[in-house]
Amino acid sequence: MARFQEGWTGPVLECRNLCISYVTRAADIPAVVDFNLTLNKGETVGLVGESGCGKSTVAMAIMQYMGHNGRISGGQVLYKGVDLATLTPEQLRSLRGNEIAMVYQEPMASLNPAMRCGEQLIEVPMFHEGVGAAEARERAVQMLADVKLPDPERVMNSYPHQISGGQQQRVVIAMALLSKPSLLLLDEPTTALDVTVEAGIVELIAELAGRFDTSMIYISHNLGLILDTCDRICVMYSGSVVEEGTVAEVFDHMRHPYTQGLFGCIPLPTADKDARPLVAIRGQLPLPHERPPGCSYGPRCDHFQQGRCDVPPLPMLPVTGETGHEVRCVRWDEIAAPDYSGKGTSEERTFGPPVLSIDRMKKYYELKDSSLKAMIKGKTVRHVKANESITFEARVAETVAIVGESGCGKSTFAKVLMGLETATEGKVEFRGKDIGGLPVQKRKNEDVRAMQMIFQNPFDTLNPSHTVGGQLGRVIRKFGGIAGGENVRKRVLDLLDIVKLPADFYYRRPRQLSGGQKQRVGIARAFAGNPSLVVADEPVSALDVSVAAAVTGLLMEIQREYRTTLLFISHDLSLVRYLADRVVVMYLGHIVEQGTTDEVFSPPYHPYTEALLSAVPIADTSIEKKRIILEGNLPSVINPPIGCPFHTRCHRKIGKICEDVRPPQIEAGDGHIIACHISLADLQAVEPVIVQKPRVDAAE
Amino acid sequence: MASTTIAAKPRRPSSLKRFFRSFLLLRESKVGMIGAGLVLFWVLIALLAPILAPYSPTANFIREKAPFSTFYVTPDTLVDGKAAADVCTPVTEGEQAGNFDCGTFWLGTDLRGRDTLSRIMYGAQQVLLFAPIATLCAYLVGIPMGLLAGYRRGRIDDFLSFVSNVILSFPVLVLYILIITTFGASGINIIFAVVFASSPGVFRIVRGLALDLRTREYVYAAETRGESLWYILIVEILPNARGPLIVDAMLRLGYVSITIGTLGFLGLGLPPPTPDWGQMIAQGREVIQTAPYIALFPCLAISSLVLGFNLLADGLREVSLRD
Amino acid sequence: MLLFIVRRIGSMLLVMVTVSLLVFVALEATPGQVATKVLGPYSSQEQRDIWMEKNGYNAPLHERYVGWLGNFFTGDFGESIRFKTPVSKVLWPRLANTGILAAFTMILVVPISLGFGVLAGMREGSRLDRSISLLSIGTTSVPEMASAPIIAAIFVSWLGLLPGTSGFNGGFSIAELVMPVMVLVLYDFGYVTRMTRASMAEVMQTHYIRTAVLKGLPYKRVILKHALRNALIAPFTVIMLQVNWLLSGVIVTEFFFAYKGFGALLLEAALNGDIFVIEACAMIAVFVSVMTQTLSDIGYTYLNPRIRFS
Repeated sequence: MARFQEGWTGPVLECRNLCISYVTRAADIPAVVDFNLTLNKGETVGLVGESGCGKSTVAMAIMQYMGHNGRISGGQVLYKGVDLATLTPEQLRSLRGNEIAMVYQEPMASLNPAMRCGEQLIEVPMFHEGVGAAEARERAVQMLADVKLPDPERVMNSYPHQISGGQQQRVVIAMALLSKPSLLLLDEPTTALDVTVEAGIVELIAELAGRFDTSMIYISHNLGLILDTCDRICVMYSGSVVEEGTVAEVFDHMRHPYTQGLFGCIPLPTADKDARPLVAIRGQLPLPHERPPGCSYGPRCDHFQQGRCDVPPLPMLPVTGETGHEVRCVRWDEIAAPDYSGKGTSEERTFGPPVLSIDRMKKYYELKDSSLKAMIKGKTVRHVKANESITFEARVAETVAIVGESGCGKSTFAKVLMGLETATEGKVEFRGKDIGGLPVQKRKNEDVRAMQMIFQNPFDTLNPSHTVGGQLGRVIRKFGGIAGGENVRKRVLDLLDIVKLPADFYYRRPRQLSGGQKQRVGIARAFAGNPSLVVADEPVSALDVSVAAAVTGLLMEIQREYRTTLLFISHDLSLVRYLADRVVVMYLGHIVEQGTTDEVFSPPYHPYTEALLSAVPIADTSIEKKRIILEGNLPSVINPPIGCPFHTRCHRKIGKICEDVRPPQIEAGDGHIIACHISLADLQAVEPVIVQKPRVDAAE
Repeated sequence: MASTTIAAKPRRPSSLKRFFRSFLLLRESKVGMIGAGLVLFWVLIALLAPILAPYSPTANFIREKAPFSTFYVTPDTLVDGKAAADVCTPVTEGEQAGNFDCGTFWLGTDLRGRDTLSRIMYGAQQVLLFAPIATLCAYLVGIPMGLLAGYRRGRIDDFLSFVSNVILSFPVLVLYILIITTFGASGINIIFAVVFASSPGVFRIVRGLALDLRTREYVYAAETRGESLWYILIVEILPNARGPLIVDAMLRLGYVSITIGTLGFLGLGLPPPTPDWGQMIAQGREVIQTAPYIALFPCLAISSLVLGFNLLADGLREVSLRD
Repeated sequence: MLLFIVRRIGSMLLVMVTVSLLVFVALEATPGQVATKVLGPYSSQEQRDIWMEKNGYNAPLHERYVGWLGNFFTGDFGESIRFKTPVSKVLWPRLANTGILAAFTMILVVPISLGFGVLAGMREGSRLDRSISLLSIGTTSVPEMASAPIIAAIFVSWLGLLPGTSGFNGGFSIAELVMPVMVLVLYDFGYVTRMTRASMAEVMQTHYIRTAVLKGLPYKRVILKHALRNALIAPFTVIMLQVNWLLSGVIVTEFFFAYKGFGALLLEAALNGDIFVIEACAMIAVFVSVMTQTLSDIGYTYLNPRIRFS
């Protein structure tokens, strides 16, 4: 079969003044306005922006797949010079999956659960190139090997749920590449994956781009990933591109205030709160039908000038002296580059005595194994070893971060602390009392009050059936020692004020609040009873970066004010570096390393910490990282490895000892403990993962 | 960070208004509005039956005049074969039995010469009294158990689920027949039978919803505050299950109406001469070939009421899915 | 998988035993009442005592239950009070008649409602979808006791096409089956259609269908290969569980058309206090319904690879 537009040498994809709107009962809602993009052969362009900016909509428009209520209301999408809107459904079908392929955000959801992976793969060449099943199968196996899946034959015969998330995404990528597409769209391909798995996928994508000579559009909210994968970048805000240019130009000389604001919100693993405080963008993303005239960033911009910024039309202006760098800002040459370096006024933090001290705490779950095999062996009860010998302390006013990927046991640990589960062994001493064995119902009201929690998901942290005031009032009545309707109400309004929400939120219901606002109410709820310890379980991971920065700032401010101990559970090392005083790294229920933030973030590292650090995408061109890609999957907690839990994936495994013997706790400094068989001297000899190059300014 | 000012006192939006507004949402669904209209129609008929009905539902007449000739039933067809004069009852005092002009019977009379229209109107009272009471009771039993089983899981769930499985393994009518033959037919027993047979269904739905809602973080938050079991069930979980439950309640009302009708139809319902749609159909069955309308009108009555409930449920579901 | 089947059958037996206990206690807890029912209300106390002695009704409840259950397993359901013959003699032919009715109904309901459901769910919100949805709501709103007279009025009194009763008095006849089957199909069709539609519509919304479309597969293949496999798992269960509803509908339909089936037998027995027939019918009805539930559970796990291979 001949390829589409054989011999075409122009741009692979061109979007000209593309406008996309959604038809709703009320009105047409413009989702994307005046989108222009030219993508050349072999080039990778990153589309970046916060949720709701229209970046995925663009991808769907390129695919000509916008659901029953979406439509292209203006402009064109030209693929190899042909307007896609003029194609017949049959022509379009032969392009999809063949010339233009796509990789999606959630690999599990994008694979058919009732079909084996092999079946889903071989369809592509069979339908697009008319090859026989045997040949299609051969190609599929080859492609699975190309995306570095071990044992492709097994994957071919597996149903999607039988392989891990990272493997599923590799299958989706293989499926997209099977027909050697000229254009590959990647819509947040790693967002649903753990950071070490993400690193592997990103490396694969970067490698494939070169090998298959495919043009790619990489959609992401993460600037660090864009830096790792793309040649050029388009920054989108509220439905339009605000800045476009090569990665180097935009990252080093960003011009648009929004781009600048975005960078100001991102914590970097090289800097802490004193060196580079996060600057949140004020205000909120306007709803598509409530965009202000002119610059839609205007109301949130510090450089807003009446009469200039609020006058449409607002074209993309070329940045003089830099080819291909354009910015949608009339004042771009009047705005100075922001200074994110810290003021250097780092106050000395003092910590009190330990509030929480945990000593060799274990949490095992019993799992009834009712398979025939187990019954014959007589071993029907197995243990899920969620937490294994956890030991650490948290002091008054200290922020202790617990870091690890999903499945490392950090959520179980939080449950034991809160009394929703009881510890199997060991001590959990809170304010001098062992509470590890006490479920929350048996704890004294005073102890329950003193330990509160902030949750991850803004969408169900608040009960949608009750008003904000009602929910906060309940906590105050229970813990605040305040009685009487009017007093409780006053305290609720106080709390709203503390989390910087207006008083009229009292009678609002959660669905009238944005994600960030809900999270603020969640913080208010946790602090309502003046707790001495707050456990925050990924409180900002579901929020957009600009909102996350504001919520993080607020949380730290309140914590400092009340000298609360904060246990910050997170998978985001950059954020942890930013706000934690001490860090505990967990892997498979074990603590593999702990120490002060500076100690953990510089050698000697535990090999797992080293790999984690190397996996963090960093949105800074001046940083050089060592690449360490972890092999294999996370082992099961039902059947954890004997010896060191990390030995199955460790890149520094030294031999049999790692497999058989639990590693010793190496004391690498005052309170800096690494659980590893490698000698301290050898660990100290490891170079740092992240190195800051002196900034070379090409322009000067 | 002292509290600076608590400037504007927030005002509480009236809850009545909110309730009204949520009802207005139904306007968005044409189907739902038709359903609501049908149900409302029957509710009004039931309430106003004493005013609207032209005759007493139990009065027997011989009809001499009828609006349509086919609507005419001669006294000969009376089943019990009583003489005409014994059956006809005057409406006003002083008139002589036998030659009394009974007036117009819009929908004809049944085999005993009772006015079908009036019986349908009074029959609506029966259905719309028993069905809601029985459904409500089924919810009062099913909801707490479902919440408990879904939230607690473990042994209590195993036990309650087993009980509900046992009950649900009976084909519904078989269960009704067993209960009614064991305890006899009366209003209370019918309600008891309906509650017994449908609360497991309610239990299952509530349990499923609770299983889902128990993983929400606001429930987690309540747990970490050490809230009591019933506080979590009633205040945190139940209000968030109300959407699907209201839809289910409408469907169930329709189904219970069918059940009550069917029991009457099979001769297991309220004892005669209480006007009952099911009984009326059963009576009409015997003469379906010669006088089909006797059965037809109560058939239309029950079907339209059930259709009303079903459309209402569908409309509510549609609206609740929208936002 | 094997273990799952064994466990599922075990729980089925447990349910059956519980049900049998309930039925037994409800109908035979007080021996005096049983004797009265058997011998008639005008029998003397002496006669009843003799009968109870002779039939072992003076033994304690649990012993009687075990004996009763034992007899049940050997197919001895006791003697019908009304027919004065062993219950099994009356029951089996009746059951066969109902089997015919149910089989015809299922043969029609399954393809019609699956077809309509898939068509409607394929394009959610289309005119076809809305028409089918309304039609199915409409037919589920007309219970058997209402649709039977309506259908009879149309086909018997008005068109004069079909015989009014289905007693098979002149031997088996397809014409007499038409109306009962029509009534049952009409009611069951709506429910299965709606379930199929819902399941199909849900599948069409999923990301893997989007993947299949954007892979450039022909629409037919997307529907037949990708959507149906997932969309028909749920309706399978619904159809199996429909047997339970069918058994209820059968009672009404058989009664209305004087069809000599098992449902009509149960109803007559109930109205006449023929307790041994009630027991036998109830137990068989429950057995059929529990059996189909078990089969549907096993089938569901088998059809769903996410459960089968985990």
